[in-house]
Amino acid sequence: MTGRRVGADALRDVARGAAILGTGGGGNPTIGRLLAERAIREHGPVELVPLGEVPDDALAADAGGMGAPTVGVEKLASGDEHVHAFRALEGHLGRRLTHVVCGEVGGSNSLLPFVVAAHLGRPLVDADAMGRAFPELQMSIPAIYGVRATPLALADQQGNTVVLTAADNRWTERIARAITIEMGCTAALSSYVMDGRQLRQTMVAGTLSLCQELGQLVVASRARHQDACQRVADRLGGHRLFDGRVVDVGRRTETGFARGHAALDGLDRWSGSRLRVDFQNEHLVAVRDGEVVAAVPDLIIILDRETAEPITTEELRYGSRVTVIGAPCDPRWRSAGGLELVGPRVFGYDFDYVPVEALAGGTAR
Amino acid sequence: MVEAGAAGPAPLRIGVDVGGTNTDAVLMRDRAVLAAHKTPTTPDVTLGIVTALRGLAAVEAFGPHEVAAVMIGTTHFTNAVVEARRLTPTAAIRLGLPATSGIPPMTEWPEPLRRTLGEHIYLCRGGCEFDGRPIAPLDEAEVQRVVADVVRLGIPAVAITSVFAPVSAADEQRCAELFAAAAPGVSVSCSHEIGRVGLLERENATILNASARQLAGQITDALERAVRGFGITAPLYISQNDGTLMGVETCRRYPIATFSSGPTNSMRGAAFLSGERDCAVVDIGGTTTDVGALVHGFPREASLAVTVGGVRTNFRMPDLVSIGLGGGSVVHPGPQALRIGPESVGYELEPRARVFGGPTLTATDLAVAGGLAVVGDPARVAGLEPALVAAGLQLIEARVSELVDRARTGPEPLPVVLVGGGSVLLGQALPGASRVVRPAHYAVANAIGAAIAQVGGEVDRIVSLAARTREAALDEARREAAARAVAAGATAASVEIVEVEEVPLAYLPGNAVRIRVRAVGDLTLAQAP
Repeated sequence: MTGRRVGADALRDVARGAAILGTGGGGNPTIGRLLAERAIREHGPVELVPLGEVPDDALAADAGGMGAPTVGVEKLASGDEHVHAFRALEGHLGRRLTHVVCGEVGGSNSLLPFVVAAHLGRPLVDADAMGRAFPELQMSIPAIYGVRATPLALADQQGNTVVLTAADNRWTERIARAITIEMGCTAALSSYVMDGRQLRQTMVAGTLSLCQELGQLVVASRARHQDACQRVADRLGGHRLFDGRVVDVGRRTETGFARGHAALDGLDRWSGSRLRVDFQNEHLVAVRDGEVVAAVPDLIIILDRETAEPITTEELRYGSRVTVIGAPCDPRWRSAGGLELVGPRVFGYDFDYVPVEALAGGTAR
Repeated sequence: MVEAGAAGPAPLRIGVDVGGTNTDAVLMRDRAVLAAHKTPTTPDVTLGIVTALRGLAAVEAFGPHEVAAVMIGTTHFTNAVVEARRLTPTAAIRLGLPATSGIPPMTEWPEPLRRTLGEHIYLCRGGCEFDGRPIAPLDEAEVQRVVADVVRLGIPAVAITSVFAPVSAADEQRCAELFAAAAPGVSVSCSHEIGRVGLLERENATILNASARQLAGQITDALERAVRGFGITAPLYISQNDGTLMGVETCRRYPIATFSSGPTNSMRGAAFLSGERDCAVVDIGGTTTDVGALVHGFPREASLAVTVGGVRTNFRMPDLVSIGLGGGSVVHPGPQALRIGPESVGYELEPRARVFGGPTLTATDLAVAGGLAVVGDPARVAGLEPALVAAGLQLIEARVSELVDRARTGPEPLPVVLVGGGSVLLGQALPGASRVVRPAHYAVANAIGAAIAQVGGEVDRIVSLAARTREAALDEARREAAARAVAAGATAASVEIVEVEEVPLAYLPGNAVRIRVRAVGDLTLAQAP
């Protein structure tokens, strides 16, 4: 037992930090936080284990949810379905899963692993599979290393569970989403079964602690009247790309994803400049005065300029004053295999990925 | 507004706004304000209204029978929740099992409110999916056990919330029927009549509503007593927070709908007085400035959860941006940076501001020194450094204009309507404003907003476009919203659709959209006999 114990009162910070790393996507984390707080109050604190200390013979799977956040705020989870999905995987494997992991930081999926870990009394690995949020199952660093999402388990509140094995991760995404719709547009999910060695190779270390730290940083900087947005940028080794005012938000749906863009007019030193941020659930590309200054898989983070509260794509609205930060993604995303999964071309852009530090290098930190 | 009859003068209307500090009243005929009156709000509801009516009659004599309608806006219910007082124990019944049990009702409520309402929480089977399929059939035997429990404990009010009630309200309605049959004395509030999609926020609003029902009965009785006692026999209406009216019977059942009607009335009144339908309204009081946007004559509503007394809700509220800046704001000249507010001398402007011989330099003093206002004794601020006065007034203007900018819905400059006693802090122009309007009667804009209010109807639901076209779904929603406006008392010919909102659901390949449609129309008023 090497981890630190995380209580219910830490989850507000985790949720705030996850919304920062969620780069506009994942929906509002409030529901996930309330579920996790209740699970911890009922079952006790969660043991958070550093990635480096997970033994080789560990066997872990992620725990989270799939579906429409709009439905998730109405048909609330019971929390049991997340346990059922995790258990269904164990049943399929015929082995006990020793650890719970987090699939992505951002939205409720960063909090739901706490629900399962608390319920089952299993340690939670302080890591996630993206270092940010992405909309589809195959967009995950383990996938770069050939780890399959399947066997994957889905569960609903009715007692239905489905264990899926699929030809590849893209099939998994399609079939799992179809099942999710039948389950009423939200489902609990467990996937990406890995042993300790695979976990250490493919996960992004320390991201749950980083979420908590970012949450604390925002609150503390605000209390000390410091520039909280700059503190966040510095902590992530990122660049302040722009300060501006939202002057246009366009949204449309394409193949079930909320795509759109926001246009910002510059404030202060960016006065006279314009920044455009495109999104597909998460922020994809930032273009300043016609030049790309950050692109997926790097993190494009939009914060309220005054409070440094993260702003999701649903919350973007005309008149908001925001700070846009570009932060480097996990280096593994920058490999050929990583960019094949989540590079700009995957999202329909006709340009190659260039790291944010090269693009925004001229921007003062 | 008023449907004038074919013959004779248009009927009279009286608008009253009972605020925390003042009760304002106006007497109107058509678009004309015949009399206005302002009096301190009294703890005795009846007395306050009677005083206001007498005040109006003293300015412009009128016969009680000439009045065709009385509209009243009140903060009583908001204050009851904020103070956790005068609310009754309430049973919170949620229909949604086996879903939703991970976050029970009244999670994250402030302790005083939880204690006041008791913790009578019931989770039962029921509710439906986003497409109307049942999550689980309503278990009537289970509901009967809850009814028996509520009766045994003597709980006077219940709040029923089923999952996706905005899509199908059948389970809530059946549950309400079971209560009506077995416990007719218990007042029942159903969530589909109160809030929109978002279970926790809608449930919270429904529980608050249920707990305020008894108080609503007492307050509306008192209001009616006052109006009837004055000899007025015309219908009485209560202001809702979206700027429309409801009847007294409706108010007894939905007191929550009055929340935040004060700022809404103020904005609607400002729009009426200025003739602007799309504009920003700046309401500057003694301590704060509130800015909101009017779209087609109605306040733009907040899209995110709104917290009332520490409880997250999602009912219809105007989207206001506020700062701590008003006529009484304290000015700190400071060696480096000039600062104004958020501390304020508040209602003590008279003894404490420099122009009234007091020691404190306030924003009003700057306005007087700068020649924008004539209040108190201008000689007392004649010695102020002109650079300080100019910088201070510039700062005030910059801060208000930033608020106006945040309230805007598009890039075009908006007309700005100024109301409130503190509006003397501003000059004749404001950056980002196409024009600045200071209407007459600005001090009683809220009472005027109540007097001119219309009635409305709303539909908010998630629809699947798998089986039908988007146009068909939108048409149906439009028709239903219009029908609801007529049911609320609008003349059919006057009903118009003022808002259509369509939000696609993310992360799903299906064609589900959330549709929200709002209709309003003129209140049908009988010609005075």
